[in-house]
Amino acid sequence: MTSHYTGSKNHTPTPGQTRSFRIWFHRFGSSSYFYHMASRWGPRAGWLALILMVTGVYMGLFVAPPDYQMGDSYRIIFIHVPSAWMSLSVYVLMAVSSAIGLIWKMKVSFCVSRACAPIGAAFTFCALVTGSLWGKPTWGTYWIWDARLTSELVLLFLYVGYMALDKAIPDRNTASRATAVLALVGLVNIPIIHYSVEWWNTLHQGSTVFRMDGPSIDARMLVPLLITTVAMNLYFVSVLFNRVRCELLDLERRTQWVRKIVNG
Amino acid sequence: MQAQRKTRLLIVAMILAGVSISAVLALLSLNENINLFYSPSQVHAGEVPADATIRIGGMVVKGSVNRNPDNLEVSFDLTDTAKVVTVVYNGILPDLFREGQGIVASGTMQNSRFVADQVLAKHDETYMAPEISESIKAAHDRQPEESDY
Repeated sequence: MTSHYTGSKNHTPTPGQTRSFRIWFHRFGSSSYFYHMASRWGPRAGWLALILMVTGVYMGLFVAPPDYQMGDSYRIIFIHVPSAWMSLSVYVLMAVSSAIGLIWKMKVSFCVSRACAPIGAAFTFCALVTGSLWGKPTWGTYWIWDARLTSELVLLFLYVGYMALDKAIPDRNTASRATAVLALVGLVNIPIIHYSVEWWNTLHQGSTVFRMDGPSIDARMLVPLLITTVAMNLYFVSVLFNRVRCELLDLERRTQWVRKIVNG
Repeated sequence: MQAQRKTRLLIVAMILAGVSISAVLALLSLNENINLFYSPSQVHAGEVPADATIRIGGMVVKGSVNRNPDNLEVSFDLTDTAKVVTVVYNGILPDLFREGQGIVASGTMQNSRFVADQVLAKHDETYMAPEISESIKAAHDRQPEESDY
């Protein structure tokens, strides 16, 4: 079995290599395949994200009832909670693709993790800012150093540190390996963020949706929350695909398939 | 090539295992410092450092809030359903402050009372429409033997 599968080769599997997962894995490892797949699906995901986001925010602001204690200020949940979830899942994707890159030496995989970092940082920033704006009227303070808020801030520093390390190393291969190790080390923060509200006492409340006894939220509030969550996932896919395409064009600028795209 | 890939897989697994173990050890040893507040039971058990600014958290006992009509001074009892600590505070309370609500106060213990310089409301994880909350309250009032907390 071949170990390096970059460049535009033809994707017909050899008879000994018919396991479908292996074929799928190797196709995604091919830069040109990934580039064309991303060009096809990125814009579609983006348009769907826009439609769902408008629907979800409309439902959240005008259809969902006010909260029995917080009145209307709780409505920031429709942005805050999906951003916070995305900040965690984007990091997991970044770390997993870094691990795949390290183990299988897959260039596309490193491109994916490099593309994840700024998007994840943006989601983290958004979660911190919206949470802070909600915290002032609800708790009485913009910021408190409790376990949940602090670990989420550490996540922002991890993303920023990843980007800084990436920019600090001129050689692309060295940078990819160094940032991949950083992403793996930072992975330990993800369960800490998620379980911080259970392991320690914090000002931040516990999970509303992922609970043993089911979500403790009115269904009319939960539906727009889930819609904006799907919308943010699709938005992420769309932006990620665009960024990966740029990374791939830069990485493979000397190959035939990129020249063909550039020259039309 | 297969063997090299296995080695790299092992290295990645070892990085993850090493970092996880050290994180667990660090967090276990820091456990007391990561908790945001002490409970009234910890205050009664003498686990709280004397003369130091600390935070305590709990539920405001129903019917215990006393407001001074002349100024902003307010006193109330804080409980974790086992022990009670009386808190005095001079300042503006957050909107969500009410009896039965979870709060976190920072300040010092003085003569077995907690003198707070900041009171924050802790929001719980329940999101309800007002009319549903009303009907739950109505059902609750029909069964007055339920717990007060």
